Amino acid sequence: MMPAFYYLCLSFVLFVIGTAGVLLRRNALIVLMGIELQLNAGNLAMLTFARQLGDEKGHAFAFLIIALAAAEAAVGLAILVSLFRARQTINLDEASLMKR
Amino acid sequence: MNAAESFNLRLIPLLPFLGAAILILFGRGFKRGTVVAIAAGAIGAAAFLSFSAFFQVLPAVAEEGGLRDVVWKWIAVGNLSIDLAFRMDALSGLLCLIITFIGFLIHLYAAGYMEHDPDYARFFAYLNLFCGSMLVLVLGDSMPVMFVGWEGVGLCSYLLIGFWYSETANANAGKKAFITNRIGDFGFLIGMFLLFHATGTLRFSEIGPLATAGSTLMVPYWGMPLAFWIGLFLFIGATGKSAQLPLYVWLPDAMAGPTPVSALIHAATMVTAGVYMVARLHALYVLVPALMAIVALVGAATALFAAIIGFAQNDFKKVLAYSTVSQLGFMFVGVGTGNFSSGVFHLYTHAFFKAGLFLCAGSIMHAMSGSGDITKMGGLRKLTPWTHGVFVVCWLAICGVPIFSGFFSKDAIVAGAFATEAFGTGNLAWVGPVVGSMLLLAALGTAFYMSRLYFLVFSGASRADHETQHHIHESPSIMVVPLVILAIGAGLGGFVGVPGGLLGHPEWNLLGEWLTSSVGPELEVPHNTEMTFMAISTGLALLGIFLARAFYGGGYREPATKFASSFPGFVQLVRDKFRVDELYAAVIVRPLRGLSVALFRIVDRVLIDKLLVGGTAAIVDLLGRITRSFQVGDGQRYMAAFAVGAAALVFFATRPTLPAHLKVNVSGTTVTVDASRAGRQSQRGLTYAFDFDDDGRSEVTGTSPEARYTYDKAGTHTIRVTVTDPRWHTESHIKSEIDLGNGGRN
Repeated sequence: MMPAFYYLCLSFVLFVIGTAGVLLRRNALIVLMGIELQLNAGNLAMLTFARQLGDEKGHAFAFLIIALAAAEAAVGLAILVSLFRARQTINLDEASLMKR
Repeated sequence: MNAAESFNLRLIPLLPFLGAAILILFGRGFKRGTVVAIAAGAIGAAAFLSFSAFFQVLPAVAEEGGLRDVVWKWIAVGNLSIDLAFRMDALSGLLCLIITFIGFLIHLYAAGYMEHDPDYARFFAYLNLFCGSMLVLVLGDSMPVMFVGWEGVGLCSYLLIGFWYSETANANAGKKAFITNRIGDFGFLIGMFLLFHATGTLRFSEIGPLATAGSTLMVPYWGMPLAFWIGLFLFIGATGKSAQLPLYVWLPDAMAGPTPVSALIHAATMVTAGVYMVARLHALYVLVPALMAIVALVGAATALFAAIIGFAQNDFKKVLAYSTVSQLGFMFVGVGTGNFSSGVFHLYTHAFFKAGLFLCAGSIMHAMSGSGDITKMGGLRKLTPWTHGVFVVCWLAICGVPIFSGFFSKDAIVAGAFATEAFGTGNLAWVGPVVGSMLLLAALGTAFYMSRLYFLVFSGASRADHETQHHIHESPSIMVVPLVILAIGAGLGGFVGVPGGLLGHPEWNLLGEWLTSSVGPELEVPHNTEMTFMAISTGLALLGIFLARAFYGGGYREPATKFASSFPGFVQLVRDKFRVDELYAAVIVRPLRGLSVALFRIVDRVLIDKLLVGGTAAIVDLLGRITRSFQVGDGQRYMAAFAVGAAALVFFATRPTLPAHLKVNVSGTTVTVDASRAGRQSQRGLTYAFDFDDDGRSEVTGTSPEARYTYDKAGTHTIRVTVTDPRWHTESHIKSEIDLGNGGRN
């Protein structure tokens, strides 16, 4: 069995990639994808610890997060579609109503 | 309920207050007739109550201290307990009669005098407020209640002097009166505090019995008994309110107010409050002869000084104002020589004749189209016959011509000054004769300047211009009737207090007998002394009148103009009131103003406005600028900040607190465990729990990372260490196995 360390490293790398996507990309679709990556990095960490500690709660949490991620993707994509209809763009900088 | 508490004394001041409240709140909408009915009705009802209390209820209880009415407990702190209570004894009762009776007449007079004034309701509201405050002042059962009235009348005085506030001079005169009185009130307060400090009570009825030679009042301070300082500070208050040297300067300026106000407040009632206060506390004042000497000397000096200033004034009301200052000096000599009933007697006669004189002045000014310049008058005897008649009676009364009221009261004071024993036979014995002689001179002066006023106003031909002459008329009857009543009082009022020594019948001095229960018996003056000074003062009064006639009979005569041209400097100095106002301005007002301006520029402008107010704003502004730069409006940057913050939080919360391996030092069956980790662990407030035998219970706990334990037996043991970080509530565990082998045992 591979040591937990490798799983955690993968989880960390996934999370960093996801975070970079959320923070750096201006395309709203890519930002959503970044969020999915972050969530799945969390899932992976959960499962790693669950296996290591022999605790089923981690698995339960992982399922919860998968459901959550699915719902979030559905709502997020719907918002994106209506955003595009309204503005003809999904560039966050152009869509923002906040002070620039 | 006993007889002393059977009368609702509170109603007497309450009625005028009620009138004032109604007029202030609703008066603007009332017709003039309604305003007068409310104002005069309130004070008339108070007068009726005062008379019935004084003549029907008071005689039965006068000996036990008079009527008393406790409204409620006002202040109770420590051993200080003050009731809001009123007391009417002979002294306060007499003052009550004067205030309500003369107040009522002046309300009637003012109804005619103020007829054309648009602020009719406000005027009567203030007048009622004044009467209520004055009644609180005299009826107050203790010093604090008196002080409430004392301040109340000061306020009303201010409001009424500046009644025609659109003229700056009037507003300034009001301010001057108020501020000058503040100085006096400061003395009054200090005196009151000292009195409480010395006696533990502020009730008049309790101070009297305490004021004995052996009491705490006689404890020496700075070489004088405490009573001296108490009396002196209270007397400073009296010099402010009663316009004595050195605080008299406000009263002549107070003539800026409407004439009924001058008559009521600045002649008949409020300005006598100081005299009343000294008489009220007579038991305290007679304790210290030096104190009495100061009161008497200040009174005599004021009487003389003001009389001299009166010689050269050309404004009708100014002459009367200085005359009031002078007559108040007489009263202070009366009370200062231990001759309390005569001081109060003069207060009473003065109230009539001076109110009469002022109302005559109002009537004359009414006739002269508002001008009070006596150099432009003359010949008014025929044109205003009623006013003339009243003026003659009051004039003779103030001059001290026999049978007129002023004669008896002035004579009682002068003869008393010579006969008094209040200063003992020691080194203060000179005070009596000296103040008596000063008063004789002042009486001569009084006769002179009052006669000058009379001759310049009423005799000879008119010096007014045609326009004014054409308008001269007698006042309406609502003004004349009060005048006549006052004239009757001024003419005959003296007979209630014929000095006992004069005719050898002390029982004819009704006033003196009334007042015995309040201020002690009348000063006994030998028949011969009384007769002598009666003759001298009568002679001086007539001399003054004839001198004035020689100078001013029928207008400005040759001796008067000659005198004025031979001593132009002196005459001008007197006309300028000895330039006391200028002196005060240079010594007190201007330095004070300079200081105020400097403080304003430094403290207000720089310290408060710039540093404190501006500084606070600048700091907030700076913080705003800094925090505003964080708000860039880019959601992803906010997210980045959130990610960094979250990472930092996790880093700090999960910093390792334990080493990778426990350091265990074995010596026999004793082990020493060191769970410390390199770095600044000690600063984190960690607590360590050591479980050496793996039973779930900690054998050693504490903040030290090291622990020592001795096992009972050798073999293998498991050591568990739990570390708690109190800041994050996180726990970390570590365990280590040791094998002691057989060492130590066999």
